[in-house]
Amino acid sequence: MDQTFWTYLFVGLSFATYVGIAIWARAGSTNDFYVAGHDVHPVVNGMATAADWMSAASFLSMAGLIAFLGYGGSVYLMGWTGGYVLLALLLAPFLREFGKFTVPDFVGDRYYSTFARIVAVVCTLFVSFTYIAGQMKGVGVAFSGFLGVPFDIGIWIGMAIVFVYATFGGMKGVTYTQVAQYCVMIFAYTVPAIFISLIITDNPIPQLGFISNAAGEDISMLEKLNTVVTDLGFAAYTETDKSMFDVFAITGALMFGTAGLPHVIVRFFTVSSAKAARVSAGWALFFIALLYTTAPAVGAFARLNFVQTVNEATYISDDEDYASRAAEIEAAGGKPVPEWYKDWEKTDLLQYEDKNGDGIMQYRGPAAPDGLENEVTPNRDIFVLANPQIAKLPGWVIGLVVAGGLAAALSTAAGLLMVISSAVSHDLCRRTLFKNMDDKTELRVARLAAAAAVFAAGLLGISADKLGFVAQVVAFAFGLAAASLFPIIFLGIFWTRMNREGAITAMLVGLVTTFSYIYYFKFGGGTPDQYFLGVSPEGIGFVVMFLSLIVGAVVSLITPPPPQDVIDLVEDIRVPGTRKPHGSAEGGIAPDALHPAE
Amino acid sequence: MSEQSEPTSKRTDGKAYWRATIRLTVTLLVIWFAVSYGAGILLRDTLDQFSVGGAPMGFWFAQQGAIYVFLILIVVYCIGMNRIARKHGVEG
Repeated sequence: MDQTFWTYLFVGLSFATYVGIAIWARAGSTNDFYVAGHDVHPVVNGMATAADWMSAASFLSMAGLIAFLGYGGSVYLMGWTGGYVLLALLLAPFLREFGKFTVPDFVGDRYYSTFARIVAVVCTLFVSFTYIAGQMKGVGVAFSGFLGVPFDIGIWIGMAIVFVYATFGGMKGVTYTQVAQYCVMIFAYTVPAIFISLIITDNPIPQLGFISNAAGEDISMLEKLNTVVTDLGFAAYTETDKSMFDVFAITGALMFGTAGLPHVIVRFFTVSSAKAARVSAGWALFFIALLYTTAPAVGAFARLNFVQTVNEATYISDDEDYASRAAEIEAAGGKPVPEWYKDWEKTDLLQYEDKNGDGIMQYRGPAAPDGLENEVTPNRDIFVLANPQIAKLPGWVIGLVVAGGLAAALSTAAGLLMVISSAVSHDLCRRTLFKNMDDKTELRVARLAAAAAVFAAGLLGISADKLGFVAQVVAFAFGLAAASLFPIIFLGIFWTRMNREGAITAMLVGLVTTFSYIYYFKFGGGTPDQYFLGVSPEGIGFVVMFLSLIVGAVVSLITPPPPQDVIDLVEDIRVPGTRKPHGSAEGGIAPDALHPAE
Repeated sequence: MSEQSEPTSKRTDGKAYWRATIRLTVTLLVIWFAVSYGAGILLRDTLDQFSVGGAPMGFWFAQQGAIYVFLILIVVYCIGMNRIARKHGVEG
């Protein structure tokens, strides 16, 4: 088939590019391997961060999620972008000035404690592994859905590609591949969006189409959407049934979680200075915003289009010839089921059950005024995937979207793998277990750890699909990052009095409380009426973050202050260019990391 | 009039630099809070009476406006920090 050819071509070409970049960007030292030599240009790093950050979920699912949730989807939009303000203002420049390799590195040195380092390693590994399972599943789905490759094999192909550029190139290889992946992704996302926007609103810019009038009408697109969906018994698009406090808490957990995610933080270790880290965070948000301001527009357009073309359409079964039957229905003044619907029905992303036996597809919400039952169940991923066909774009655009989805999943997976492998090789092996390991051995261990992490992630992706828990565990990643990592990094920079005892307690309180709460409600049979203050598991990380900050501060105040060395270190990283080595904890510091870009 | 308290051009004044940094950070975070949690969530119902183009204003802030402001905040922070660094003789 023509479309399959294009899909193979784009996926093949993009994969060849990634491998080519990996060969070009070989890592020669641990400095290259962990932080790409500390000399990535801020704009390049911004682009790489955007690819690192935007996962298969952002690319494939977010617009569809917003299409269903309407205003409720705002938590993702604000949460996953607002975190970059926190990163830029509170964390990135200072961690860059600190100048080492990993997040546990900072925690271990700032809190002069191997135990704190190990707890940070545990948090990092937990957060990264839960996150990576979803990416691997995305890779498997893309392969099995579009290229006819079995799910498991699809995952192994994806893993093989990541293996090549992550093991040989390390952070350096990952950085430059992510730049290529960002380009593939954003192109694949915006092209269909522009055409959909033209169809629905006559405005080629989706962000403006979002607030324009519906094409050829005197009513705004959103107002029309509100009327259309409430007439069918759905909640109004610009409203939500979630409580205000829950929306507040979920947005908070996603924002602070974003700022505390190790694979995002570590990207800012790759630039040359604190100043470059600030600039780079701005660029990262710019590149992310290109997609994140398009997504709500795509969501609203897709919802409107879906209701208008599918609801009350006459169904055409697989035994009938589509073209002739569609012409017949139209001649009789009816509306045939759209062709893209029939194409995507095969993937099980759309389900139709003719409950009242009239052959017409009734799409209804829970409060339908005409009392009819809903007969159509769309999967949220369908909206981005079917966009090119809905907009009647040529087959090659669909190939591009598949390549974009794979780029999104692989770039995030690679970023996570780097964090996992450096936590093991650097923080666990070099800084804790085998302190006199030389640089060359560490590089070998790092490569080995990356390879093992790739393998583990593949297995996790395969079993995650069988267990079907991927959607649930993402709440863990953000909740834990917000409640256990963000508070101690933040206090470590902004409060010199914060000490080892406070940090360890804060991390453990954050880890245990968040984990138990989410576990209880996701797996332990908890029901929504038992929510603490009405906060759902997705938002609990935000509440626990404050608990963790308070407990950390109180424990610090009743235990001895940190040594003068550490206070001096904190004062140094606040002011660029004054960084000096401090105390014995700094023994393992890489010499060239001390005076960056001078 | 306070020429004496002004740091001489090349000397690094870490404490003053840090105070200025905190002041800028707090100001920007107040705006950060106001456009997202404020306009997008807490005051949404009030703002929804007004509109941005064809979108209710509170809804627009939650799905578009906050993101644009976030971007502007980081740009202002970069420029502000460069200015503070120059003033207090801190490198880069």
